[in-house]
Amino acid sequence: MKPPPFEYHDPKTVDEALAILGRYGGEARLLAGGQSLMALLNFRLSSPAALVDLNRIPELSYIKEEGGQLRFGAMTRQRQIEFSPLVAKRLPLMIEATRMVGHLPTRTRGTIGGSIAHADPSAEYPALVTALDGEMVLRGASGTRVVKPADFFQGFLTTAIAPGEMLLEVRIPVTPAHSGWAFEEFSRRHGDFAIVEIAAMLTVDNGRCTRAQVAASGVGGTPLKLRPVEEILEREGVGEKAIAEASARAAELVDPTSDLHASADYRRHLTRVLTRRALTRAALQARGNN
Amino acid sequence: MAATQKWVGQPLKRAEDPHLLVGQGVFIADQLFPNVHHAAVLRSPHAHARIRSIDVSAALGAPGVVGVVTGQDALKLTRPFAVGVRAPVKYYCMAIDKVRFVGEPVAVVVAADRYLAEDALDLIQVDYEPLPAVVDVERALEADAPILHEEVGSNLACHRHIVYGDPEAAFAAAEVVISERFVFPKYGSTPIETYGIVASFDRTGGVLTIHSNFMGPFILHPLTARALNLPENKLRFVVPPDIGGSFGIKSSIFPYLGLIGLAAMKTGVTVKWIEDRREHLLASSSGTDRIAYRELAARRDGTILGMRSRWYDNVGGYIRSPEPGCSFRPIGNWFGAYRFQNLEADANVVMTNKSLTGPNRGYACGHLYFEIERMVDLLAEKIEMDPAEVRRRNFIQADEFPYRTPSGGLYDSGDYPAAFEKALEVADYAGLRREQEKARAAGRLFGVGLAVAVDPSVSNMGYVTIALDPEIRGRPGYLPKSGALEAATVKVDPLGKVIGLMASTPQGQGHRTIVAQIIADELGITPDEITIVDEMDTFTRVWGISSGTYSSRFGSVGTSAAALAARRLREKLIQLASYLMEVPPESVVWSEGGARHANNGQVVSLKELAGRAHWNLESIPPGMEAGLEATAVFSFPEAKAPDLQDRVNSSNTYGFIAEVMAVEIDPDTAAIKILKYVTVHDAGQIINPAIVEGQIYGGALHGLGGALYEEMAYDEQGQALAGSFMDYLVPTAHEAVKLDIAHVVSPSPFTTLGAKGLGESSSMTVPAVIANAVTDALKPLGVKIRELPITPSRLWHLMETARSKR
Repeated sequence: MKPPPFEYHDPKTVDEALAILGRYGGEARLLAGGQSLMALLNFRLSSPAALVDLNRIPELSYIKEEGGQLRFGAMTRQRQIEFSPLVAKRLPLMIEATRMVGHLPTRTRGTIGGSIAHADPSAEYPALVTALDGEMVLRGASGTRVVKPADFFQGFLTTAIAPGEMLLEVRIPVTPAHSGWAFEEFSRRHGDFAIVEIAAMLTVDNGRCTRAQVAASGVGGTPLKLRPVEEILEREGVGEKAIAEASARAAELVDPTSDLHASADYRRHLTRVLTRRALTRAALQARGNN
Repeated sequence: MAATQKWVGQPLKRAEDPHLLVGQGVFIADQLFPNVHHAAVLRSPHAHARIRSIDVSAALGAPGVVGVVTGQDALKLTRPFAVGVRAPVKYYCMAIDKVRFVGEPVAVVVAADRYLAEDALDLIQVDYEPLPAVVDVERALEADAPILHEEVGSNLACHRHIVYGDPEAAFAAAEVVISERFVFPKYGSTPIETYGIVASFDRTGGVLTIHSNFMGPFILHPLTARALNLPENKLRFVVPPDIGGSFGIKSSIFPYLGLIGLAAMKTGVTVKWIEDRREHLLASSSGTDRIAYRELAARRDGTILGMRSRWYDNVGGYIRSPEPGCSFRPIGNWFGAYRFQNLEADANVVMTNKSLTGPNRGYACGHLYFEIERMVDLLAEKIEMDPAEVRRRNFIQADEFPYRTPSGGLYDSGDYPAAFEKALEVADYAGLRREQEKARAAGRLFGVGLAVAVDPSVSNMGYVTIALDPEIRGRPGYLPKSGALEAATVKVDPLGKVIGLMASTPQGQGHRTIVAQIIADELGITPDEITIVDEMDTFTRVWGISSGTYSSRFGSVGTSAAALAARRLREKLIQLASYLMEVPPESVVWSEGGARHANNGQVVSLKELAGRAHWNLESIPPGMEAGLEATAVFSFPEAKAPDLQDRVNSSNTYGFIAEVMAVEIDPDTAAIKILKYVTVHDAGQIINPAIVEGQIYGGALHGLGGALYEEMAYDEQGQALAGSFMDYLVPTAHEAVKLDIAHVVSPSPFTTLGAKGLGESSSMTVPAVIANAVTDALKPLGVKIRELPITPSRLWHLMETARSKR
């Protein structure tokens, strides 16, 4: 479990990093928190010509509120997010999700950008940005572009980041008024990648669900935005009956596969159970915030 | 008797911990050696394939490479390791012309560092001819199954059919017969430190020195010497001061001692190999997976009359010593805690294309008690009796000890009913049943499980030969095997300070602490003024083939040797003191670190005695041997070879465990929540309660791993599915449960201090108690647990199937 040989660079700025990336024409990989890439290297499942270490680029680590969104520099550590007063105030669902990301020691290294760029289909942050209609800001030689989750996550560990491009920032809208939220996941052990997870945000105004945002993870190659589920809730409200219908619909929408830890049928069943739990909790909270 | 009993029984803090906590532990990977080179092992990607050719030329030319070893070297320079069965299995330290499991060593590269060695591995070209694989034990015995070892002719490595008493009559007389099929998973221990070896060959003296974290049994030393064609006194095993856990798994490092030893002999450099985690999960060792069929005959009043058991143990690609211990290690306690006298056992040890097996905490007892204790619960259900009452009606009683089991086990001491009642009391069993009634009325899935186990410790090396037919063991000229010993030396240095020497190779069990407690009491001094050395060197320590720390043996045999050695030394000190005092030895007593005259108040301190004995030999009594040290070798008299009726006292002390667990199951997700877990142990005299508590917690969590999380899973083609900790799920602190621990003390009559082993402890009961608790919780659905691990996905499918039938 030793990595194959590679060249190593530790640029101090984004421009410098992009210049190095460009030189390797797609043969270099970016090193963020290293929680997934180091294992891939040690297993020799990845053998890049070079590693471009982003850990010495201060401009990539920040949390700020702008344009109704929280904006996270790609190298912001999960642990910083977990303890950010700004995130706690404006996007508490993200705190809930962050506490399920790995373990304390891994969160001190792991970054939001690393988690999203790695695009593990069971990871928490991809589910979160998918549910909440976040955005990914990418920059390459030809400029900067903003990509929505549905276009960003393209398959198992596959994203829209082109060779020579890098993820600079992740943007997630702040919690709307009169909202309730929940992040539900089921894993065999604490801190594992989830078997299934559901991120939900419900905005309820005078008893009407004005906006539902729901995504499932662990049930396919990418996180899945459950738009038909959201439509049921926006149409029928967030009562017990509507939640039951929405949860049943969620189970129909997913197309999970079987593996060592769970069968496809069990994953589908969990989708229904966790959707119901997430929506029930979110609805209760939304009513409390009305 | 001890001079005082001040320290034994105290929860002393571990003497080992300070240096570990400040990062000063000396593990094999920390040790520095001159001219060291690093080995990387090329492993088979195939479960079953013929090796047509291996081309190492590119690897030999790679940067930093000093040599490559392949099966051709092994064929030329080594012999197969002896196996414990008659089947002609040729088990070399690496693949010769065939690979038989994923991860089997195919080549070794030795290079300047591990990175370069692994780079060179990528350059080796192996031409494989893939063959059909088989991983299921029952499939492996079918006529058309792929055969792993052509010279054996089938995949059956060993078969024994053994009958005690008259099971046929028992079943004929039965009012109730229960039968069930069980599946027990393959899991290991994943110690925090993996295997590590540094081997160097002195060409001039012909000595191969192997430093490693090997933990015994040292019978594997002569086995390795033979495989390497070395005289035993030219093969030196050295074990460093610290080993980072083993739980039995590190006894199976020995084929790698052969492999890396071979690499050192071939290349002439010092070769270091530290196993990585992937290698560990693919190709170190594990317990066997087993399919078992059990039948139980009973009367309607709950009396068990007999059992039949037929099982298939999966030892993987080669049967490796000390297998087939998987089938026979618990032979003396095959009857568990119960009085029934009739048993028919049909043991089948099968080779398949999985990784190899060996001792793993609880060695075969987790399997045994999963089966027995589930059967007892099935009986209770069938006759509609409380499972606690069924157990009560079958226990061996306190006045029957020492108790000889029909299979030859000699249970030394115990009070099973008392320990069991204590567990029920601590758990408030009646209260749990009331709570269950309420929970069930509310539609909740709440269950209570019980399990008991006779906890064997200190294996008698003789049990391994049960694998051989009595007809063979009865032949003239056959050399029987038996015994269990441990040695200890206690010496006093020239200024009166004490050193204790062990060869026990602890892996974290706290031997330094415990031996110091024992010697302190025997010599009336304090543990902190004693230095204990417990690293092993086969050239300098006193040892036997059974030496090492495995089968929970230190608590019985190591402690006995330490106490005996200290007593022997004390006798000599008293002799010396009485000579100096000019009084008869009978009038001298030893207390508070010195000899004193019983009446006249005369005192000679240990320091003064040391001064005389070391600095002025003229002052010792005529005829007394000079030197202030004593060595004792403690050996169990009841560790005899099996008789021709297959009876053998397979262990030397037998503790007892009684457990109660309450669980609740989430009807939606099938998640199991452990609400209460009570464990009562009888390990005889307890020397250090804090260390005992640690062992019980560790054992329980280990068993929980096998019952709920861990599985070395394979697909049908023999590909390993759990090659990293992403997929091989070991319970962590988050999954740990709170234990309510209590003790009953029945001192062993066979050990110096009355102590018994307990290192394997609850690892052998958790699978049973949790299976019983979950089955009880799911009684409203009629789900029965027959297979482990109980993953949420599997349990949900069982629940769904049951629901759909309603």
